[in-house]
Amino acid sequence: MMYAVVVGALLVSLCLLLVRALLGPTVFDRALAGNAVGTVAMLLLAIFQFVSGRPEFVDLALVYGLLNIVGTIAVQKFFRYGDLGEPGVADEEHRL
Amino acid sequence: MHRFHSISVVISLFVFWLVLSGYFTPFLVTVGLVSSVLVVLFAHRMSVIDREGHPLELRAGVWSYWPWLVVEIVKSAWTVSKLIVHPRLPISPTMMRVKMSQTSAVGQVMYANSITLTPGTISVAIEGDEILVHALTQAGAEDLAGGEMDRRVSACEARA
Amino acid sequence: MSAAIDILSMILMGAGGVFCVIGAFGVLRMPGFYTRMHAASVIDTLGASLIIVGLLLQSGFTLASGKLLILWLLIFFCSPTASHSLANAAHRRGVTPWQPDQGAKSSSKN
Repeated sequence: MMYAVVVGALLVSLCLLLVRALLGPTVFDRALAGNAVGTVAMLLLAIFQFVSGRPEFVDLALVYGLLNIVGTIAVQKFFRYGDLGEPGVADEEHRL
Repeated sequence: MHRFHSISVVISLFVFWLVLSGYFTPFLVTVGLVSSVLVVLFAHRMSVIDREGHPLELRAGVWSYWPWLVVEIVKSAWTVSKLIVHPRLPISPTMMRVKMSQTSAVGQVMYANSITLTPGTISVAIEGDEILVHALTQAGAEDLAGGEMDRRVSACEARA
Repeated sequence: MSAAIDILSMILMGAGGVFCVIGAFGVLRMPGFYTRMHAASVIDTLGASLIIVGLLLQSGFTLASGKLLILWLLIFFCSPTASHSLANAAHRRGVTPWQPDQGAKSSSKN
């Protein structure tokens, strides 16, 4: 019961973030919303461990968090350079 | 590479293994220890392990810096939350450049990440020894330009 | 004693949920890309931290709390990195910051 409130709040914020991801307007807005959706989903998985009484869910949350970071950085890199980077070609560029 | 540094990496990896595995039978603990040692050995041979990946020398400074940073984060998150729910949305976004006085790459990353971690300010780009910062309000920008965070990160870096 | 901890953790998690909703609302409401990032970082810092601290109180001193601590560290080290990389990419692609006198329609270059 006490988790229901928190899960409800997280689901509401998930919906708000999805609306922003659908509205855009730039691709970076969508990537930002996707990143935030990943964080909220991670929190939901961490809570679900206590709701269902199965401790495996926090491992899922960890893996989800790692994939979220990698996904965000891949999207960012793709829309910055137009490809996922060829080592050696734009090395100076990557180094900033 | 110092021996102390390598041992610290092994211990960190081993603790990580223990927390993730959750089995404390002698066989599995031994396997975890052996694999941590092997990973560090291989990483040495490939020379992918360096001071930046495991900045042990910051251990003295962070214990006074992190609590201050947490308090700052809570304060600025509260401010930003009030701005969001304010009916007229009184924001005054500004782009500005902030000088950073850190010398090492780890210190600069620490400063830039601290700026981004605090809601209300985001480090957009690093140009030389300046950070391009986007602030949500004029007041937040002036707060950052006051330079207290810069001073504290430098102090943390200097204690290495 | 345990009832007090239960109530405290419920308050913390409730506050975390409220901050998550505020942050998501800010992402929806704010004008311009960079201002939305500030709202998203409220979710990443205060919302996530409060919920994880509440869960830590619930789990006590077990293996699950160790994993929750690792999750917390992951959020604290990686979310600013992801935010910075997104902001940097937007800056490189020429997304201009929203200014109050520009009206509602701005930063839609791209």
